[in-house]
Order: sequence, then structure tokens, then C-alpha cells
Amino acid sequence: MFDQPVNNLVEVSDLKMYFPIYTGIFRRHTGDVKAVDGVSFNIREGETLGLVGESGCGKSTVGRALLRLYEPTAGSVMISGENIATLDSEALRKKRPTMQMVFQDPQASLNPRMTLADIISEPLIEHTDWPVERRLERVLELMDAVGLNRRFANRFPHEFSGGQRQRIGIARALALNPKFIVCDEPIAALDVSIQAQVVNLLEDLQTRLGLTYLFISHDLSMVRHIADRVAVMYLGRIAELSPRDELFAKPLHPYAEALLSAVNEPDPNRARRERIILQGDVPSPANPPKGCNFCTRCPKAFARCHQEKPELVEVEPGRQVACFLYEDKKPAVSIGRPEAKTEHNQQGETL
Amino acid sequence: MLTFTLRRLLLAIPTLLLISLVIFFLVDLAPGSPASEIPLTVPAEVRAKILEAMGVNAPVYVRYGLWLKQFFYIEPLYAFDSLTGSHYAEGMQRIISYQTRSPVFDVIVQRLPQTLIVIGTAYLVGILIAVPIGIYSAYRQYSLFDQFGTLLAMIGFSVPTFFSGTLFIIIFAVWFGWFPTKYDTTLNVTDWASFWKQVRQMTLPVMTLGLANAASISRYMRSSMLENMGQDYVRTARAKGMSEQTVVLKHVLRNSMIPVVTVIALGIPSIFGGAIITENLFGVSGIGSALIGAIHANDLPMVQTLAFIFAILIVLFNLIADVLYGLLDPRIRYD
Repeated sequence: MFDQPVNNLVEVSDLKMYFPIYTGIFRRHTGDVKAVDGVSFNIREGETLGLVGESGCGKSTVGRALLRLYEPTAGSVMISGENIATLDSEALRKKRPTMQMVFQDPQASLNPRMTLADIISEPLIEHTDWPVERRLERVLELMDAVGLNRRFANRFPHEFSGGQRQRIGIARALALNPKFIVCDEPIAALDVSIQAQVVNLLEDLQTRLGLTYLFISHDLSMVRHIADRVAVMYLGRIAELSPRDELFAKPLHPYAEALLSAVNEPDPNRARRERIILQGDVPSPANPPKGCNFCTRCPKAFARCHQEKPELVEVEPGRQVACFLYEDKKPAVSIGRPEAKTEHNQQGETL
Repeated sequence: MLTFTLRRLLLAIPTLLLISLVIFFLVDLAPGSPASEIPLTVPAEVRAKILEAMGVNAPVYVRYGLWLKQFFYIEPLYAFDSLTGSHYAEGMQRIISYQTRSPVFDVIVQRLPQTLIVIGTAYLVGILIAVPIGIYSAYRQYSLFDQFGTLLAMIGFSVPTFFSGTLFIIIFAVWFGWFPTKYDTTLNVTDWASFWKQVRQMTLPVMTLGLANAASISRYMRSSMLENMGQDYVRTARAKGMSEQTVVLKHVLRNSMIPVVTVIALGIPSIFGGAIITENLFGVSGIGSALIGAIHANDLPMVQTLAFIFAILIVLFNLIADVLYGLLDPRIRYD
């Protein structure tokens, strides 16, 4: 475990994204929607980290705050050694080519008044000093890479189908040779038949170009297909972060367990996992529970869960869980390392 | 696009005919008589003869048919003659004003330049003020600038021009003496001195109307910008690492211009229509004051002709706005 050098491309620590609430006649700041409340994880170079969770749990917000499309309230995001959260706007703009995003809605995320060639080549105009011919060549090359016919270069986004539009979105994200791509539910708006194509394209590009992905999705089977490791989010916090196979075989956190029990088994003859139906609703992120965020719905909650927030700690090699149920197992792995450090740099060298 | 334009132009013909019918008969039904302008000292039989000569006594459908022929055939022919020096329209009866006994179109040709210069400048100034204000207000929504812009727009909306115009006259012409109180229509621009004089006498009416125009256009601009500012493709542009200037002026502004251009295009007929109140207030003898004068004098041919010209312009600019829409938004195709 120690002999293999771990090269983290992205290191997120204690990321918080609060959206302020202003109420009353004087628009006083009376509270915050804690969309992301202290999230820490690392993404290694070349891997795909899946980020799953139900609607409104803060998945997309994490993705956007990571690329500073939102101004994070607190925390740091190190991407290849630079803290994205504190860069000034000009330095951030210069940094953008290394980190890109594929957006959820391929229709709305493309400017309706620009042709495909304009959309893909615009970042090249901004960040390179290439002449027109070279840019056009790059556009065509990218269109080939994502499987779009070269003849479409002068068409407008509305002339394409959803799957083709998402390919445009991917080509656009690839234009500047990024290292890290946040895929924010890239397949959620697509037809099932197209979903597989797009996911395969993403995987193919990853192998060829050595990309690192943060794959945000609520589609558990798709995440199972593409991700190397999976983080399960609940109400702005990570409940569990585990390698894919271990997580799907045996989820540790009660929420992860409940969530994964919802995955359909494709083979009807195989024994189905018992479906865990959670009671109640997700609490408001503006007013999360005092203790563990999941304590209001957790079937295994006990007294302590209602008092303290559990930290995300490593309980098995490579597996991190934020749950008091596993607290006694913790020392098994963190060999003589100070605990304070494991809190913020959870999947250190032990992976 | 061409088919669409032609189709719309063909459809405009019955529309305009219907409008002309309504205008003609409505104006004709209005109480009052052109005879009221003739001094009472004129003997009754002379008065009757005058009216007879004016063609007032003919039945309304005869006058309508005649007017249609004059408007669509004789007047264009006459305009063609005066342009090319030919004599096709010689001896044909043009539309004659009851008031001045001279052709209505001569009056229009005399009055129109004043209106176009003053009202047109006011409109242009209004757009030039409104667009940047709208953009910046939306970009810094709820900022002090935005609040101030909103206040200014509210004032522009709610204060009628007869009040703001009078106020400007009192402040800038009477108290400070910077500008003349009245617009001098007879001024000919020949050199720099007279040009400067023209600019000074135009300032107050242009300011009065420009404020009113800017108020509404800046609101349209702001709301359209705000609507687009929150769109996903704007986030995409930021994620591409484009500068804020490119994001706002290229991505957001171009998409926001679509409704604003429509509003601006639809407002252009009002330039030709003149701003009746402002023209009267500052003594700009343009089309607007011609219309008011004609209404006072029961000058039916003048009122009918002017109202119909405005109707044509409105129909035309509606069409232009639609065509512009298609040019600006690639998603709209009229095929």
C-alpha cells in the first residue's frame, strides 16, 4: 500500500458552500442554506470518482464550487497544487483550461446563437494564440474525437439531438486539453439508449487522454459502471467514500445501504437485496439536525447520533464512513497517525 | 425568409384597407364641420360655395373612393413626377387640406424633417442611454447603481412629458439661461454657428423625450439581461475561462438584444408620428403639431391621411421587427 506513489490531482478539504437567506423588510441575513457543509475528498490522477446522492443533497453544488463557478464559503480546493478557492479572477481564468465541466442540460448550456464551431473554438481564441486555420483544425479533430460528423461544424445547437448536443458539450470541455473534468449529471437529460453511448465515450476519452473525472450522478448503475471510487452524499455531507466494488458489495453507512438497496438487480433469478425504505423526508439544508445529518431517518440511530456530528474517518483500508457505528474500528487502519490529520486528509497514503 | 416577407406584405394589404376604412369613417362621423373655420362674416351662399368647391357635400363613400385613388395612385405618381421630372400626374386632383387649400403631402413634406430630426435624435439618445444602463443594472443587480437606475426609470415612466418638459424649460432655459425656451423652425443650418444654435435649441426637447424613451427601453434591456444572465450557457462561458467582458457583452448581451430590438423597432413609427405634446410644448412645428392643428380645424383629409400613414408605418415596422427576430435568433425560421 505504501510503495505505490499516490498522486492526488484534486484535494478538497472542508469545502463549504452556504447560500445566504435574507428575510424581512431590511433583508437581514438570517440564515444559510448549507448546500455543502464540510466536504473533504481527494481524486487521484486518472481515476473517476463517482458522487451520488438524492436530489438536493449538494452534489452539483460540490462540482460547481470545485471549479469555482460558485464562490465557496470556506475550505480549499487544490487542483495540481494550486488552491482554486483563493485564486484571483485573472489567475483563475488562466487556470480554467486545466479544469472543465460537462453540464447536465446540453440544451441550455450551449449558447443558442453560436454555431458549433464557434462554441468549441471560443476557448481557443481566449487561451491560445493560434491562427484561424489551426483552431478550425482543432475543432474538427475534437468533433472526430466525440463522434460528430465534420459537416455539422456550422450548425446551431438547436439543430442537434440531445445526445449530439452532449457530445458538443464534451468536445467543448476537451478543447483545451484539460486534466480534470467535472461531469455534472452528463447523462441525466438523455434517453437511456443514448446514455450508454455518452458514458462509453467518456470512458474511451479517459483512457486515451488520461483524464480525471468527478462523475456526479443519481444513476447508481451508471456510477457503478464508470467510477473507480464512489462518494455517497447526504444533505451536504459525505456519508461514505469507498472503492466501487466494496461499496456495492457491502455498504457501510446506513444511508449508503438504504440508497443502494434501491438499485435494481438486472437478473430476476438472483436473490434481491432487501429494500430498505427510509421514513420521513430529508431535513431542510437551511436547518440541518443538530447531530448526524441522517439521524432523523436512520434506522440504526442511537442517542449519540442526535448529539454530535460524526466525522468521515477511515474504517477499513480505503473506506471512509461518517458514522458512529464504526467508530471503534477506526484504529485498525490509521497506523499510528495522528487523528486530527486523518480528519481532513482522509484517504492518505493508506490507499 | 423572402417567402415569409412577401406573404406578410400581401397580408398587409387587406389589413391596411380595413384600417383605412375605419379611419376614414370614424373621422367623418366625428362632430364638427370644416365650415367652422370660415369666418362668420363670409355670407352664407359664399360659404356654401366654398364647401361645395371643397367637395364636402359629396356622399362619404364617394369621398372615400376618391381619397383611396388619390392616396394610392395620384400621390405616388406625383412623387414619381417630382423625382424624375416627368408629367404623368399633371392635372390630377391631389389630396387637398381643408385648412390650407394646399396638398396634404406638401404639408407633410414640410413638417416631417423637423419631426425626424428632433424626435429621431431623442429616440437615438434614449437608446444610447438606456442600453448601457440596462446592461450595467442587470450585471450589478440590486447595487446602488441599479437602484438609482430603477428610480430614474420610474421617474421617466411616471412623469408626463408636459410636466418634465416645462420643468426643464424653467430650470435650464429660464433660471440658467443655457438653452432657448422655444424651438426656431425657421433656422437654417449653414455654418458652425447656426449648427451650434440648432444643437442648443434641440437639447431641451431631446432631453424631455429621451428621458421618457430611455426609461422604458432600459427596463426592457435590464430584464432581458437578467433573464439571460442566469442561463446555463453563461455558466458554460465562465467555465471556458472567458473574461467577464466577453461573457457579458458577447454571450449575454447578444441573446438579450432580441426582445429589445423588437421593442426599439416597434417604437420607430412613433418617431414619424411625432410627440404631439412635446412638439407643442417647445414649438417644434412637426407632424405632431400638424395633426393637432388639423383636428382643431376639422381638416378631415389631413387627419385621415396622417392617421393612415401612421397605420402603414406601424404595420411595416411590425413586419421589420418580425424579420429582425428571425435574423437575430437562429432558432426562428419562417420557412
